[in-house]
Amino acid sequence: MVRIAIPFTNHRTAIETGPPDMVIKPTTGWGSLGLGELWQYRELLWFLTLRDIRGRYRQMALGPLWIIIKPVASMLIFSLVFGSLAKLPSDGIPYPVFTYTALLPWIYFQSSVLESVNSMRARMGIISKIYFPRLVVPCSAVLSGLVDLAISSVVLLGMMVYFGFVPTVAALALPLYLLMAMAAALALGLWTSALEVKFRDFSLALTYGLQGWMYLTPVAYTASLIPDRYQLLYKLNPLYWVIEGFRWGLLDKGQAPELLILAPIALILVAGVTGLYVFRRTERTVVDLL
Amino acid sequence: MRNTAIRVENLGKRYRIGARKDRSKGVLRTTWNTLTSPFDYLRASLREPADDEIVWALKDVSFEVAEGEVLGIIGRNGAGKSTLLKILSRITEPTTGHATIRGRVASLLEVGTGFHQELTGRENVFLNGAILGMRKSEVHDKYDEIVDFAGVEKFMDTPVKRYSTGMRLRLAFAVAAHLEPEVLLVDEVLAVGDAKFQKKSLGKMETVAGEGRTVLFVSHNMAVMQRLCDRGILLDEGGVRIDGPIATIVEQYLGGTVDLEGERAWRDIARAPGNGVVRLLGIRAKNQHGDICQEFDVHEQLSLEFDYHVLEEGHQLSTGIELINAAGDPVLVSLDNYIDGRWGDQQPHETGKFTSSCVIPGDLLNEGEVSFNLRIFSPPWEPNSQPHVREIEALRIRIVDEMNPCGVRGNYPYNWGKPAVRPRLSWTTQHTNGDVLRSKLVRQAGR
Repeated sequence: MVRIAIPFTNHRTAIETGPPDMVIKPTTGWGSLGLGELWQYRELLWFLTLRDIRGRYRQMALGPLWIIIKPVASMLIFSLVFGSLAKLPSDGIPYPVFTYTALLPWIYFQSSVLESVNSMRARMGIISKIYFPRLVVPCSAVLSGLVDLAISSVVLLGMMVYFGFVPTVAALALPLYLLMAMAAALALGLWTSALEVKFRDFSLALTYGLQGWMYLTPVAYTASLIPDRYQLLYKLNPLYWVIEGFRWGLLDKGQAPELLILAPIALILVAGVTGLYVFRRTERTVVDLL
Repeated sequence: MRNTAIRVENLGKRYRIGARKDRSKGVLRTTWNTLTSPFDYLRASLREPADDEIVWALKDVSFEVAEGEVLGIIGRNGAGKSTLLKILSRITEPTTGHATIRGRVASLLEVGTGFHQELTGRENVFLNGAILGMRKSEVHDKYDEIVDFAGVEKFMDTPVKRYSTGMRLRLAFAVAAHLEPEVLLVDEVLAVGDAKFQKKSLGKMETVAGEGRTVLFVSHNMAVMQRLCDRGILLDEGGVRIDGPIATIVEQYLGGTVDLEGERAWRDIARAPGNGVVRLLGIRAKNQHGDICQEFDVHEQLSLEFDYHVLEEGHQLSTGIELINAAGDPVLVSLDNYIDGRWGDQQPHETGKFTSSCVIPGDLLNEGEVSFNLRIFSPPWEPNSQPHVREIEALRIRIVDEMNPCGVRGNYPYNWGKPAVRPRLSWTTQHTNGDVLRSKLVRQAGR
């Protein structure tokens, strides 16, 4: 979109060295990624995230309780249907703990994707009136879900104490797994959020796609149920590693990281960088699409 | 020579509008169209748009703004003003050409868009500052000033949703006005708040302009434009029509929107201005000989006549006119003599046609274009008390001064300023200091 010859990181130094020139012109081909500008506007990213969190549960009697109700309800249903009725194996772990450990990162991923795909359209009011790097919008959508995740983890801690699980040293790797889920959600958000402004097909497609995706991820069952010949394909799913990583770190079961994890990481990187380009290309004139 | 702050070269913005499709009403046809629409869309996006599918909101716009200059952008709705500001504030990209801006840019295209209802005033100040590109520490330094300017100290910890509209707008304007950008782009912001706050924000804008910041300003308020801006550009159909001193531009703009008219009549009473009580039928400006004119000499009296049809009886109706000069300033307001005495005691109108006229004496108005607004209304305590007829720019005429030596101005050829009126007043000059002064006066009078 717009290239800034000298990034003005600080207003004061900008005055001392003379104001920089900003050139506004149509971008031909693929512009820059604009990550530097995102960094300049980090405070805005913080504010928008805060704003998302506060706004989400307003006008609801139970308010933030819903943050906990969502995963707990899923856990109860899964425990009943898959644990008690279908008797799916759970690696010797009590089924509620087994599935709740997976539901936490999964629900975070799912809601982050859905939040970010809708984020640009939801913010068109500001976007059409004020300039700021649009990249802030899907990023804040992905960040704001972290608070929900943190709050619903409290329930997990209670369950772990109740069932007598002690996290291992491997739990220190959890932030990295979380980062993986964030990056995957953001990559999808970048691909779809700007296009969603014009084609609402994306959010609908993702809503159904994510339902299917959950069953391709070991949330309700153990990965050992998958036949060996499909295992390689199955493990290309980044969320497989995230969920198995959570179980590995917290319950000392599940899949420890191995070299194969690099494949989904590479996938995320490719999707993320291409998504960033798609986003930047659409973002420039997204206001005109309304 | 001052540095150039903004340089715009051949800027153009093309919008693509959908081609019109035949709208058949049948269910089958509609369903079929819906089903095939993805293919239509694909086909349309692959080929170059046809000529009737594109609109150039801006075309070949070029101008420069020097550092510290305040430039007014004037134009009718759809002339491209907003598109220009949107491009310069980087909300959307141009299709052709480019613009170079020196320094930090802040734009105020609409007040209060960045506000969040659930957050408190304090939090919103910081949020809005961040959206406009300010650092937290900068907002912190300015915080007291901002709150003081907005006059909402007591409510800073209250969620903004409990604010009145006026309070919200004042706070938003205060944040934006206290940014310290080198270039400020402002669109119609002064139309917010009550008269007192408008005055205050106008003052703030003048300070900003006086501090040597470059300001690009879009407004429909010509009086404000003339007060704030040095120079103006007139946009018309996406192009710069004139670029020059603001007074010239304003006059061109106002002169160009409505042609001079000495008479207007509405034949179809259903479409005439008015309501079920009274409708305006016609309005004319006549000179002292009774001829309908568009131009009047400064010395000439002019009479304004208007016909109206009272459709509902039992209403007390009063008529009033307002004169607006080319700068957009009201020159005078006058009501008919119907209200003489105590309003409410008057005889209500019967139904039927009426003609009212009013005479504006010669040697009163200044030269230039004058437009008339016309109102017909009932006393405020009547149940239906809004103006029945409210015709803005009902007529537009020109007053000319041919420098007739016996006029108010005489043949004094130099700058006369632009006062709203130029009345002939009764002057007396007496000598109070003996013969010296008298002989001077006599000599001058004899010339």
